[in-house]
Amino acid sequence: MKPVQRVYLREVASGLVLTARHFFVNMGRHLAHALGRTEARGAVTIQYPEERRPYAPRLRSLHRLVRREDGSPRCVACMMCETVCPAHCIYIVAGEHPNPDIEKVCTEFTIDLGKCVFCGYCVEACPEDAIRMDTGILEFSSYSRGGMIYTKETLLSLEPAGPDGKPRSPVPIPADRTP
Amino acid sequence: MTDVGVAVGRVLFVMLFVLNLGGLLTWVERKQSAIMQDRIGANRASIFGLRLWGLFHPLADAIKMLTKEEFYPARADRVLFGLAPFVSVFCALVAFASIPFGDTLSVAGREVPLQALTFNVGLLYVFAMLSLGVYGVMMAGWSSANNYALLGGQRAAALMITAEVAIGASIVGVVMVYGSLNMMDIVRAQGAVLGGWLPMWGILTQPLAFVLFLTAGIAATKRIPFDMPEGESEIIGYFVEYSGMKFGLFVMADLLETVVIAGMTVSLFLGGWQVPYLVRDGFAFPWGAAFALPRVLVTLLQVLAFMAKVVAMIWFLMLIRWTLPRFRYDQAMRLGWLGLFPLSIANIVLTGGALLLWGPR
Ligand code: SF4
Ligand code: SF4
Repeated sequence: MKPVQRVYLREVASGLVLTARHFFVNMGRHLAHALGRTEARGAVTIQYPEERRPYAPRLRSLHRLVRREDGSPRCVACMMCETVCPAHCIYIVAGEHPNPDIEKVCTEFTIDLGKCVFCGYCVEACPEDAIRMDTGILEFSSYSRGGMIYTKETLLSLEPAGPDGKPRSPVPIPADRTP
Repeated sequence: MTDVGVAVGRVLFVMLFVLNLGGLLTWVERKQSAIMQDRIGANRASIFGLRLWGLFHPLADAIKMLTKEEFYPARADRVLFGLAPFVSVFCALVAFASIPFGDTLSVAGREVPLQALTFNVGLLYVFAMLSLGVYGVMMAGWSSANNYALLGGQRAAALMITAEVAIGASIVGVVMVYGSLNMMDIVRAQGAVLGGWLPMWGILTQPLAFVLFLTAGIAATKRIPFDMPEGESEIIGYFVEYSGMKFGLFVMADLLETVVIAGMTVSLFLGGWQVPYLVRDGFAFPWGAAFALPRVLVTLLQVLAFMAKVVAMIWFLMLIRWTLPRFRYDQAMRLGWLGLFPLSIANIVLTGGALLLWGPR
């Protein structure tokens, strides 16, 4: 340590000048903002629930099931995702599809998100591109385990996130979730 | 009757000023630090959707602390444990009493000094109260029956003694220059002008003492950069075992001490309630211009000037609090005993020499 640093005073003063400059510059920006210049921002804070930053397009968010033209799920109940899922949290029941061209369809498709580790393997494994994780929805916590179980109907009703990465569907609230 | 009224009024003014300022400081602290760090700071507490830049957060904090569980450790000394926070807060609160917030005011034909407590040794009184505060801290550390709390209390005691010695020694220079221990007289003496234009504030006559006093004063408040007694985030301090409002009182005591140190600094070094060139009956500028004002207005200006100076000083103390990293325990001790204390003594000698050469006979 140099002797001049040992006295602290100069270093302390330079530090104070730095932080005081931040204070006054930010104060000025806040003031300009309050006076109507909305592009002036005194803080880098994003006011989360009201303001959201756009999510990256590759973000793995809440799952959704892709629909065919007629609204039935595109899933052909091949069980690939159920098999690959490392958390064993997908439960599928296969059934006949009314269209004779399509062999099978899932009559039940349940994901227990309480167990899901968001690895995205189910999306990778699907040969039909029937399951995706692009809803942009992240806030689906629940007070009960039952509230974390999402059924076929819920998963089918979800829309992909918009081009800005923001979710287009509201957060689905399963019937048995206590708010 | 008027006597009682005047006395109550003086005490009430100081009490409300200090208490409100202390309570508000929790908000100032959060907001100022946020703005310094490019953040927004707490702004969610609201009453009917009214947020007021988070001004309701101190209120929410108080409600939270009052409704929390008051925990007593099994082996704690219940009497001392319960008493300690109150001792801390009491000492910090009453210390402000002899700091003057204005010149005398005539009420019903009497000259009333604007100061809660008129005291010839007011300066010593403030020190005494500040030093007594350490008892609360030590009681808290000892009565918690927790070794970490005890060690924290010891660190606090060592730090306070270091700080008090340096404060006491650094102030002697000021006392020598203004020739009084009465805070009112010291402030009044700072109204004189040097060479016809320079207000004789303590910071100009005693610049070294100002730096020493401020450093030691910050140490006395036990806040960063001298917060090793408690060390909010890492090291465990003397109030580990406290919860609820008792914990809040310790935090409050630190903030009140900040107000007291700011008040002391303003009174001793920044001219107290003096406004430059404002005398009893108006402004008298050094270039000859004069501007008469009624007495009441002058007094009002002085009180406002005092408050503004205190607030500015608190802002500066907060700036230091949110800029500097913490001193290590041994560094703080070395700074206190090998830095501040000898320099204070040197300042006394220098001041004595200067007074002998140029001072009044
Ligand atoms: S993301 Fe991974 S854990 Fe979750 S359902 Fe798909 S495969 Fe299973
Ligand atoms: S891998 Fe695709 S098609 Fe196969 S069951 Fe899963 S979602 Fe359906």
